[in-house]
Amino acid sequence: MKRPPKDVIQSSRIIGRRALVVGGLQLGVMGIIGFRLRDMQIEQADQYRMLAEENRISMRLLPPARGMIFDRNGIAIAANEQNYRVVMVREDAGDIEQVLARLTEIIDIPPDALTRAMDEMSRRAPFVPVTILERVSWDDVAQINLNTPVLPGVQAEVGLSRYYPMGEDMAHVVGYVGPVSDYDLSQIDDPDPLLQIPRFEYGKTGAENRLEEDLRGSAGTRRIEISAAGRIMRELDRQEGIPGKDVQLAIDARLQSYVQARLDGESASAVVIDLENGDLRAVVSSPSFDPNMFVRGISVADWQALMENKYRPMAAKAVQGTYPPGSTFKMVTLMAAMEAGVITAEDTVYCPGHADVSNIRFHCWKRGGHGNMNLHESMKQSCDVYYYDIAQRVGIDKMAEMARKLGLGVRHDLPLSAVATGIAPDREWKATVRGENWRIGDTVNASIGQGYVLTSPMQLAVMTARLATGREIKPRLIRLIDGVEQPSGLGPSLGLNENTLRRVRASMDAVCNHNRGTAYGSRILAEDRKMAGKTGTSQVRRITPEERAAGVIRNEDLPWERRDHALFVGYAPVENPRYAVSVVVEHGGGGSAAAAPVARDILLQAQYGGPPPLDAYPSNLRDQIAEQQRRIADRIPAGTRSQGRA
Amino acid sequence: MSYLEYNTKFVPTGVRKLLYLNWPLVLLLIAVACAGFLMLYSVGGGSVTPWMEPQMKRFALGLAVMITVAMVPIWFWRNMAFVAFGGSVLLLLGVEFFGEVRMGAQRWIDLGFMRLQPSELTKITLVMFLAAYYDWLPLDRKSHPFWVMVPVIVILVPVALVLQQPDLGTALLLLMGGGAVMFLAGVHWAYFATVVTAGVGGIIAVLESRGTTWQVLQDYQYRRIDTFLDPTNDPLGAGYNITQAKIALGSGGWTGRGFMQGTQSQLNFLPEKHTDFIFTTLAEEFGFVGAITLLVLYTLIILFCIASAMSNKDRFGALLTLGIAVTFFLFFAVNMAMVTGLAPVVGVPLPLVSYGGSAMLVLMAAFGLVQSAHVHRPR
Repeated sequence: MKRPPKDVIQSSRIIGRRALVVGGLQLGVMGIIGFRLRDMQIEQADQYRMLAEENRISMRLLPPARGMIFDRNGIAIAANEQNYRVVMVREDAGDIEQVLARLTEIIDIPPDALTRAMDEMSRRAPFVPVTILERVSWDDVAQINLNTPVLPGVQAEVGLSRYYPMGEDMAHVVGYVGPVSDYDLSQIDDPDPLLQIPRFEYGKTGAENRLEEDLRGSAGTRRIEISAAGRIMRELDRQEGIPGKDVQLAIDARLQSYVQARLDGESASAVVIDLENGDLRAVVSSPSFDPNMFVRGISVADWQALMENKYRPMAAKAVQGTYPPGSTFKMVTLMAAMEAGVITAEDTVYCPGHADVSNIRFHCWKRGGHGNMNLHESMKQSCDVYYYDIAQRVGIDKMAEMARKLGLGVRHDLPLSAVATGIAPDREWKATVRGENWRIGDTVNASIGQGYVLTSPMQLAVMTARLATGREIKPRLIRLIDGVEQPSGLGPSLGLNENTLRRVRASMDAVCNHNRGTAYGSRILAEDRKMAGKTGTSQVRRITPEERAAGVIRNEDLPWERRDHALFVGYAPVENPRYAVSVVVEHGGGGSAAAAPVARDILLQAQYGGPPPLDAYPSNLRDQIAEQQRRIADRIPAGTRSQGRA
Repeated sequence: MSYLEYNTKFVPTGVRKLLYLNWPLVLLLIAVACAGFLMLYSVGGGSVTPWMEPQMKRFALGLAVMITVAMVPIWFWRNMAFVAFGGSVLLLLGVEFFGEVRMGAQRWIDLGFMRLQPSELTKITLVMFLAAYYDWLPLDRKSHPFWVMVPVIVILVPVALVLQQPDLGTALLLLMGGGAVMFLAGVHWAYFATVVTAGVGGIIAVLESRGTTWQVLQDYQYRRIDTFLDPTNDPLGAGYNITQAKIALGSGGWTGRGFMQGTQSQLNFLPEKHTDFIFTTLAEEFGFVGAITLLVLYTLIILFCIASAMSNKDRFGALLTLGIAVTFFLFFAVNMAMVTGLAPVVGVPLPLVSYGGSAMLVLMAAFGLVQSAHVHRPR
């Protein structure tokens, strides 16, 4: 069947026409695509370029160096040390097990660290460096660097980590840092992005915690190019951060170390205040712990040992601990009564050894009684009955007011953890807190610092400082932040009667320097460096009438936790006071025996700026003191050992 | 019909046929393929492996296949058209039962040395069959309803099978390719106007049916439509691909970021950068200039095909050439529209440039048919 030529020609014409139509449509579509390309690649190129850059570039934070903490003489308390860690990149290592086996031949790796690293490597992307071991010594780093050819993928990296050169001596003041936790983050409203860095060092307790914002500094940034999978391709640029601010404490590290050594691991605390400006020269709680353990990550065994120790090494007793102040509260009662004008210095009270108030018998510590007591004698001999009497005359509200004026029962704003408020009880306090009416017996108890009264060693030191100066001294822990002087703690006059103050001070002088004073045994002989003060012995148990009839059980015969607290507050020199001190020895027995000698040694050390000459002590004590000084000198860290007199 | 119908007086014979090949078209194909090699080298991270080298070998094989096909007289291919189409429909049925499930869809038959995608083959054999049909059909019957229904059913059979896989993109390409051959053959305008109107109505029905009991498409297909309409809806899920592709493309600017400097492709933000999205890599690294150059090369291929067809008095040869040109056009136009965000992501590779075996071989064989029609055309 031959096709007619006409048919072929017609068919060609039809196909030709339709081909042109289809070709035109195709060109149209290509035109649209071309326009679309022009639109995207030329009109909107900048916008897409920016999106591409956003994809590609990631900001990484560079942690700044944390601010250092120094003592008042520039001795480092918290520093940053370089530490080396060994990291391994899985994809560079090839045969992980073989490389790790070689590595264990070169350096010592604990098996659990090894399994942890293996585990992490299998979980993370192959290009992520996984830390195998932290805090590697320089020798080990050198060994690794030497063996680089057989250790593919293994590198030693350097980083900064916190180090506390003074170890346990400053633990309760500076606290410690640790890896930032979810709990820490939840406590902050608008967390610094730095805190998102894994294992970033964050102040957990003490000044490290309270000054966190100052110490932290601000982050630097590193712009890096990353792939869609998150692999870092290269660094584009970097901007270093601003290091944290350096902080200088008012603490005298040498004195602090001395006090720590002098407390000798007993459950005790002591605070030394400089009366010129409220500087806290020493804030010591004993026993203590090594904060470096926490930075490195404390072992379960160490943690349990700390927790199970009945002396509570973790507690910053000097500011957190509250104790019945015992007789050291008598100055408050006395000042309140004198200021209210309900007694004069010469008024006497007869002490038969007890007083009966609303059918309850309150005993004096001296069973036979002191006889006729006036202000001076009652302080010197610490007669209780005198205070039972004058307290009833002045009333609890005036006493509480005086206590607060002198710094008890109020919270001193210090950059430390859990600073205790204590209790200066009055009628309103008992009504709101206990929902009970105030009883006259409560006043009697409070007059000698028992019952509801609770004070911290810090507050007792502030009280002593205020009595010694008559001015509103506020404790100051921080001298300089980033070179800027912090406000002085020396406040205005308290407006107390100067005559009254003089009499109280004279009686405190007598406590230490009169041969019938309760702290006469702890007197200082050195002229112009003598100490004035007040002993305190506070009961932690009730003595029943039966026990009293049978004879009060001696402290030594009681279990430790039921013994009396021993307290002493004092200042020196008697004329022109410079330092105030408070010492509390938990369950230490009597204040004159357990606390006063410690206070004496501390005040001597502070005044001499180092070990005092033996002739500052009464001759009968000199041999014992010499032995004690030798023992302490061995314990004080070399870096802070005194270089003779300051 | 026999070859005596052809006026073979001027048809070259033997090795002389090589001289009568449409050489400009061959060179254009090589140029486009070279652009592909360059991009595969770039996305391979500056390495001939894993993509560039196999692709080059395949293209060499493809050239050999093309020339072999071109040497065979066109009337042989016309006589083979029915067998070829029937065979590919059988293969499509085969994937229904023996196909491997890959990327969530059954598309491949594993032949051992290569994986065959019968739907690729069908695109060409359908065109062959329709060209042969209209060559056989007397001209005055071309718009008769009965003779229009026959090719429509022939088109719908493979379309239905491909939809079954399910592969919406290929089904639409088959539909458009087949329709284009019918249109080129001169079927009356009114049919196409009706179909287009019905198509628009159908699209509306498809969209409206969503969520109802008579829902037409699969959920994932609806999601693709959603993503197409607003890729930012789901920037990390289904919209991720298109969003990243547009960023890559747009950031190229006038002259691009430079060879192997495209951050989107080199840093793996681009998905499927060696297959469906390879055009974005090119547009990113060589910019508007590079993208338009490739577009112009494709356009020239189409234009050379149209020119060849218009100078071909043999109806089968002309229709086959134009049909293949339209199929080729649909490939790259849909791919480019897809990566520029003009069309939904349907999974169509960029012809000759995207990495892929069976697609390239089938395409080269198709151009072999075009060449055969050109060489053996009655002059």
